Amino acid sequence: MFGLDKTDTKLLLIVAVLCLFAPFILNPFPTSSGLAQFNAGYPDLMQRFVIFGIFAVGFNILFGLTGYLSFGHAAFLGVGSYSAVWMFKLLSMNVIPAILLSVLLSGVFALIIGYVSLRRSGIYFSILTLAFAQMSFALAYSVFTPITGGETGLQLALDDPRILGISQTAGGNIPVPALFGLEMRASWDLVLGDWQFTFNAGYYLCALILLAAFYMAIRIFRSPFGMMLRAVKSNQQRMNYTGLNTKPYTLAAFVISGMYAGLAGGLMASMDPLAGAERMQWTASGEVVLMTILGGAGTLIGPVLGAGFIKYFENIFSKLNDNVLHGWFAFMPDGLENLMVTIVHPFVGKGWHLTLGILFMLVVIFLPGGLVEGGQRVGRLFRRRDIKSTGPEAEAAQQRNAAE
Amino acid sequence: MSKSNFTRRGVLRTGAMTAGGLALPTILTAASHSGFTNAPAGATVTLGFNVPQTGPYADEGADELRAYELAVEHLNGGGDGGMMGTFSSNALQGNGILGKKVEYVTGDTQTKSDAARASAKSMIEKDGAIMITGGSSSGVAVAVQALCQEAGVIFMAGLTHSNDTTGKDKRANGFRHFFNSYMSGAALAPVLEKMYGSDRKAYHLTADYNWGYTTEEAVKSSTEAMGWETVNTVKTPLTQTDFSSYIAPVLQSGADVLVLNHYGGNMVNSLTNAVQFGLRDKQVNGKNFEIVVPLYSRLMAKGAGANVKGIFGSTNWHWSLQDEGSKAFVKSFGTKYGFPPSQAAHTCYVQTLLYADAVERAGSFAPCAVAEALEGYEFDGLGNGKTLYRAEDHQCFKDVLVVKGKENPTSDFDLLEIVEVTPASQVTYAPDHPQFSGGALGTCNNGA
Amino acid sequence: MDAIILQILNGLDKGSAYALIALGLTLIFGTLGVVNFAHGALFMIGAFCAVTLSRILTLSRTTIDETQTDFLGNPLKVEVPYAHDFFGPVVGDALIDWAVPLAILFSIPVMLLVGFVMERGLIKHFYKRPHADQILVTFGLAIVLQEVIKYFYGANPIPTPAPDVFRGSFDFGAMVGFEANQIIYPYWRLVYFAFAALIIGAVFAFLQFTTFGMVVRAGMADRETVGLLGIDIDRRFTIMFGIAAAVAGLAGVMYAPINSPNYHMGMDFLVLSFVVVVVGGMGSLPGAVLAGFLLGILESFASMSAVIDLIPGINQVIIYLVAITILLTRPRGLMGRKGVMED
Repeated sequence: MFGLDKTDTKLLLIVAVLCLFAPFILNPFPTSSGLAQFNAGYPDLMQRFVIFGIFAVGFNILFGLTGYLSFGHAAFLGVGSYSAVWMFKLLSMNVIPAILLSVLLSGVFALIIGYVSLRRSGIYFSILTLAFAQMSFALAYSVFTPITGGETGLQLALDDPRILGISQTAGGNIPVPALFGLEMRASWDLVLGDWQFTFNAGYYLCALILLAAFYMAIRIFRSPFGMMLRAVKSNQQRMNYTGLNTKPYTLAAFVISGMYAGLAGGLMASMDPLAGAERMQWTASGEVVLMTILGGAGTLIGPVLGAGFIKYFENIFSKLNDNVLHGWFAFMPDGLENLMVTIVHPFVGKGWHLTLGILFMLVVIFLPGGLVEGGQRVGRLFRRRDIKSTGPEAEAAQQRNAAE
Repeated sequence: MSKSNFTRRGVLRTGAMTAGGLALPTILTAASHSGFTNAPAGATVTLGFNVPQTGPYADEGADELRAYELAVEHLNGGGDGGMMGTFSSNALQGNGILGKKVEYVTGDTQTKSDAARASAKSMIEKDGAIMITGGSSSGVAVAVQALCQEAGVIFMAGLTHSNDTTGKDKRANGFRHFFNSYMSGAALAPVLEKMYGSDRKAYHLTADYNWGYTTEEAVKSSTEAMGWETVNTVKTPLTQTDFSSYIAPVLQSGADVLVLNHYGGNMVNSLTNAVQFGLRDKQVNGKNFEIVVPLYSRLMAKGAGANVKGIFGSTNWHWSLQDEGSKAFVKSFGTKYGFPPSQAAHTCYVQTLLYADAVERAGSFAPCAVAEALEGYEFDGLGNGKTLYRAEDHQCFKDVLVVKGKENPTSDFDLLEIVEVTPASQVTYAPDHPQFSGGALGTCNNGA
Repeated sequence: MDAIILQILNGLDKGSAYALIALGLTLIFGTLGVVNFAHGALFMIGAFCAVTLSRILTLSRTTIDETQTDFLGNPLKVEVPYAHDFFGPVVGDALIDWAVPLAILFSIPVMLLVGFVMERGLIKHFYKRPHADQILVTFGLAIVLQEVIKYFYGANPIPTPAPDVFRGSFDFGAMVGFEANQIIYPYWRLVYFAFAALIIGAVFAFLQFTTFGMVVRAGMADRETVGLLGIDIDRRFTIMFGIAAAVAGLAGVMYAPINSPNYHMGMDFLVLSFVVVVVGGMGSLPGAVLAGFLLGILESFASMSAVIDLIPGINQVIIYLVAITILLTRPRGLMGRKGVMED
C-alpha cells in the first residue's frame, strides 16, 4: 500500500490505529478511581505526544540514518513556533499558513546552520550545532525581545493587526487558532459508564500530520537516498574515496529533519498560540536526543515511543503529590501508609526528574537498542514458549536449541 | 449510575447516561448548559496549584505549596483558621467554598512558560480545576495568565514582580496581589535618599530579560527623580553565574551605588561577588559605597548569607510584621511547618483566600462573576493593611515594605529587618502610567 | 588600559575554573575514551563536600534561652556547635571559619571514592559502547546525582564563605602604579587562581614524571599494545578516573565561596566545559587548559559595557561565537589530534 512493503504497511497501520484510538488507549482507568491520575488522554498531553513524536521522527532521519548527533535541533522547533505565532498575529488565525511558514522558515534556518556545521563531523559537529542553538536561545531571551517576547514568550494580543481576520472576537477576546473555522481546542466528550474519553480537533489534526510525517519517514528510510545516508553512517571515508560527495546528502537530511522540527514547532503554536524561548534551550535539544535514543535510534517507531515516554513522565509523574499518595495507600494501616508515602515521595511530584534519570540509566544499561529492543526481547521471550508446545513446533524448537 | 458521590464531571456523566452513552458534544467555545469552564458539579471544587517544583526556584515553589495546603485546610474549616479570622470580609465560613469542599491538584512549572502552560492545561482539561494559581517568575505568570484567559478560568498570580503582568500583558481573568517593579522603585527611592543623600551616582547591573528591564526602568526613574545620576546600566545574561567581570569595572566608573536588578540565583551570585570584591568597604566620591537590591526575598537572603547585611531592598511582606493578620498567619504557618512563611507563601495564601472570598460574595464560581467581585474590592486584615484590587488593571495596591539585611540575625529566617512601611498612596500610579502602557485587559472569559 | 588589565585578571580567574573542569573531562576522555556528561555533577559534589564539612563542623546541640523568644513567642532555641564543646570557642570558631580549606582534605578521599565507584560500577561497562550511549547514561547519572543532592540540601543556594582573612579585595592597581580603586581583586580569587595553577601543574607533573603517568599516557596513545605488554591498564584507568573526579571535586570545593553552591551548578558548567574541551581539542590536556583561560578572558572582555554597547548581546553569545570560529578555522580545535571523535 502507498508504495510500501508489507512490514512497513503494517507499521504504518499500527501507528494509524494507535493515533485514532489514542483517546481510548490513554484513558484506561475510570475517572473516579485513584488510578485516574495515570490517565493521559486529555487533549493537551495527547497533542504533545504526537507533536514531539513528529519532532523525534524528524531528528531520527538525521541521527538514526547518518549518525550525525545534533545538539541544536530545538532551535528549529523554536523558529517554527515563532513564525507560526507571527503568522497568527499578522495574517490569520488559520493554522495552515502558520504551519507552512514555520516549516519553510525552519528549513531555511536549518540550511544555513547545517551548511556551516556539516563542515565538521563527530563531536565537533555536535558542539557547532549546540553553539548555534544556544546562541539562538540566549538572543531570543534577551536582545531579541521585541521579536520574540523574551522571557514572557511571544503571545497574541488584543490589538494584533490581523490582515485576514478579526483582532478581537465579538466578546472582546483574542480569537483562537482554527482550521477553516474548526477551532483547534474544540473537544467532544464520550462518556461510557465511569469512563470518559475526549476527542479533540487539534489532536486529530496533529495525528493526521504525524501519520503523513511518519509515512514520509518510512519512504525516506527505504529510498536510495536513505541507503546513501546509511552508507555515510557506516563509513564516510569509503564513500568519499569512491569519488562521491556526501555533503549534499547529509545537508539534505539535516534540512529535512530541521523542517520536521519546524513542523512540530508550528503545530505546537497552533495548539497553544505562545512561543517561549525555553523551547530553544540546549536541554530541549537534549530532550529530543534522549527521546530518540530511549525509543531506539535508527528504528522507525522508536522515536515516537521515546517521545511519549518522556512527555508522560513530565506531565503525569510531576503531578503526584503527597495528598495523592495518601489517597492511594489509605487502605493500609496508618503506620504502613505513612511508610509507603515516605518511600514513594522522593520519586514523584517534585522528584520526577529523579525517576526519569534512573529510568534513563536502566534503559541505556540494559536495553542499548532502546524501548524497541525491549519490545523485541519480550517478543522473543514469548516465541521461546514454543519449546513447551507439541507437534512440529516443539521439534523445530528442539532442533534449534541443539544447534545453539 | 450506581455511584452516589458526584465528581467534577458528574453532570456530564449523568447527561450521558440519559443520552444512552452517546457522544455528548461539549465544544468549549459554545455556551453549553454549565455556562462556564469546569463548573463544579459535585460536592467538591478543585483548585490548581501550579508552582516550580524542579529547577532553581524549587524551594520557593515548595513554600508556596505549603501556603496553599494551609489555605485549603483553613477554607475547609481545619486548623486555627489563620488569616480568615482577621480578614475584613466575613464571607468565608470554613465550610469550603460555597459549601463545596476544596480539593486541589499540584503541578510543576519548571519555571518555563511552556511547561507551566502544559501543567496548567492538564489541570484544566484533566482535573477540572476552576482556578489556577502560583508561579515564581513573571514569564510563567504572563504565559499562564494568557492561557487562563483563553480557557475561561481565573488566574490568581503567585510571585510575579514585573510591571508587565498587570501592564502590557494584563488579562481580564488574571489577578495579582504581589507588588511590582514600579512600586519597588517608588518605595525605595525616599528611603535611599534619606539614608544615602540625593547626590549619588548609581551603576545598574540588570538581568537581561523582561523583568530586569522593568525593574531597571522603575528604579532608575524614581532615583533620578530625586537627584541621583545613573552612570551606567549593564545587562547580564540570565545564565551568568560568575559576575566578577561585571562587578569589577563598577569602581572605575566613579559610581558610588550599585543597583542589582537581579533575582533568584542571579541575585545571590552577583551580591556575593560584589561583597567579595570588597565594594562595601570602599570610599568613592568621599562617600561609602553602597549596594541596593530592589527585590528581596528571604530565601534569596538565605542563599547570600552574611553578604546581605545592611543592604536595602523591598519586599511584599515579611513575617516580622506585627499586625493581627500577619501574626495570625505566621502563627498557623509556623505551628504547622516549624518556620515562618516567606513572602511567596504569603501572597499565595492571600490569593487563595481572596479568590474563595470573591466566589462567596459573588455566589458563583463563574469567572466573570468572580472577577467582578474582585474588581475594585477593598479589604484589610491580610497582612498588608488596607488593600485595593484595582479594577482597571487587576493589581493590588497596598503598603510596600522597605527592608534591610539584618546585622545580627538570631536565626536562619531572621535575615531582614523592616526599615519602613511605605504607604499605599506613595506607590500608587495611574493605570495609564507609561511603565504600564500597551496591552488591554479585554473582557472576562467564562469559557464554555 | 586599566579596564583591560582588570578584565584579563578576571578572565584568568574565570578561566582557572573552566580549565580545571575541562582538565578532568579531558583526562577521562583521553584515557578512557568516555564522554562524561556527569563531570559537571562531580564538580557540584565537590562544592557540596565543602557545604557538608561546614555543616558537620557546625553540628550543634540546642539550649533553651528563656530570656529571648522566637517568632512564635516560644523561648528561643540557641544552637551551640559541638565544635565549641570539643575545642573551646576560639579554636572551634576558627575551625568553622576555615571549613572550606579544610574541605580540601575532606573532599579528596570522598571524590576518589565517588570516582572509583562510578568507574567500576557504571563507566567500565560503557568502554565499548557508542559515544551516544555514554552521553545518555552519564547524563542520566548527572540528573540522578543532582536530584539526590537537591533532596538533601534543597534547591536554594547555600552560602559557604571563605575564611575571614580572605574576605574583601586588595588594590592590585595601586600596587603597580595605577590610581586607587581602579583595579581591585578579591583575595579568595587569587587563592583560587594559585590553587588551580598548582593542581594543573601537579597533574601534568604526575603524567610526565611518574611511571604510572607514563603507562597511562601510553595507554592513551595505544591501549591495546599496552595491554599486550601485560600491563594491567584497567586498574590504572580506574585510578585515573578517580583522579579526574578529584580534580573536578577540588575545583568545586574551592569554588564554593565564589558562588554559593546549588544543586544545578554542575549543569550550568556542563555545556561550557564541553565547549572548552572541544575548542582545546578533544583529548589534549594542554589544549583544555589553554582553551579554558582563553574563553575566560574573552568572556570577560565581552562583558565590558563599552563592548556590549557596541554589539548588543555579545556577552550572551561570545563563548559560542569563539567556539564556532575556532572549530571552522581549526578543524580539531586548538591542539586536537587527528582522528579523535570524528566518527
